[in-house]
Amino acid sequence: MTLHDLEKSFQAKIDAEIKIEPKDWMPDAYRKTNLRQISQHAHSEIVGMLPEGNWITRAPSLKRKAILIAKVQDEAGHGLYLYAAAETLGTSREQMIDDLHSGKAKYSSIFNYPTLTWADMGAVGWLVDGAAILNQVMLCRTSYGPYARAMVRICKEESFHQRQGFDALLVLSKGTPEQKAMCQDAINRWWWPSLMMFGPKDSESTNSDQSMKWKIKRKTNDELRQHFVDMIAEQIKLLGMTLPDPDLKWNAEKMHYDFGEINWEEFWNVVKGNGPCNKQRLEARNKAHQEGEWVREAALAYAAKKAERLQKRVA
Amino acid sequence: MSIRIQKFYYGDIPEEKSGAFMPSSMANEASSGWPLWEVFIRSKQGLDHKHAGSLHAADAAMAIENARDVYTRRQEGISIWVVESKYVHASNPDDAESFYDPASDKVYRHPTFYDLPDEVKHM
Ligand SMILES: [Fe+2]
Ligand SMILES: [Fe+2]
Repeated sequence: MTLHDLEKSFQAKIDAEIKIEPKDWMPDAYRKTNLRQISQHAHSEIVGMLPEGNWITRAPSLKRKAILIAKVQDEAGHGLYLYAAAETLGTSREQMIDDLHSGKAKYSSIFNYPTLTWADMGAVGWLVDGAAILNQVMLCRTSYGPYARAMVRICKEESFHQRQGFDALLVLSKGTPEQKAMCQDAINRWWWPSLMMFGPKDSESTNSDQSMKWKIKRKTNDELRQHFVDMIAEQIKLLGMTLPDPDLKWNAEKMHYDFGEINWEEFWNVVKGNGPCNKQRLEARNKAHQEGEWVREAALAYAAKKAERLQKRVA
Repeated sequence: MSIRIQKFYYGDIPEEKSGAFMPSSMANEASSGWPLWEVFIRSKQGLDHKHAGSLHAADAAMAIENARDVYTRRQEGISIWVVESKYVHASNPDDAESFYDPASDKVYRHPTFYDLPDEVKHM
């Protein structure tokens, strides 16, 4: 078969909603795009543990602490599912980790914002996990099999993340004036960065929609973002709080909420590494990796020794 | 092939906006770290073990412990099998057509092939 034939039968499979599996033929660009996207997604789960890990020792009750630990542990699991999916495309775990630690590979910019108060744990769960879930639900149907399967597993675990966040905010919203203020302040700080999670506006992209054609993605940034705004604009009423956007308004004609313009300068700045915590996050990851080095080596040495002993006994 | 993905989607920061990596070798080179294991989980007594995913671990005992932490945090399993991925042999997807071809023209292997009178019950 010529390359052209291979590409044609590949696209035919995609069109027929047949999943692509690791050993199937795939175009180079399909492999690379998936690799980049899945590994970035994995890095986001791992780096995403840092802003929340920040509050584990300071959670206001044992119950909240247990919940937060469970959530952060889930995120570690999500990172692992995704790294494993990326490895099926022919990269190694070490390569991906190295690229994260050198700053070569990216992760979601949202995790470059600081978590300043306890209310941030609520806002992150509700808004950040909430935004991520919309993307991840879509990805459950992505065309690359291992990625789709990882997403199904992740989605099952995510919904508790969003609910516990809303639950934490709900308690604060019924608390003392200080607690209410803390709740509103966290929402104010996390709202815009959450909207940025969906990426630039569709009109910004002039290039061909290859990711859509290959069904890696099935919804555009703007579609997902609108869905998110419509959802949150209703939910916030239950908290008795407000979103920090004077332009937010129900549009009866469109049957959607209108909302204000995102600060794109801030968006690109954080992507390029100048967010409030970019440096801190990478340092934390590097430190953890370096300090774990001896453990990784010791485990390997121990496994080798055990295998050797077994061999001797057999001989 | 020269298709380049430049559209910036949620969760995918494009190459020119980041140092997104291109692995130097697409080949599955042996990694210097812990080996890869495939994990199979029995969710309930009476059911088969089913492939759940993979993970890295230094040895089998660690692979089983990690599998418990990664794949059964919500009581998804009561039994775990692990096998080092390098020992898994697989059929070749490129041969799928000819490989499975012998079964494609044997409809008589299915009960629905036999058109029996309605009076025949319990068959
Ligand atoms: Fe997650
Ligand atoms: Fe989450």
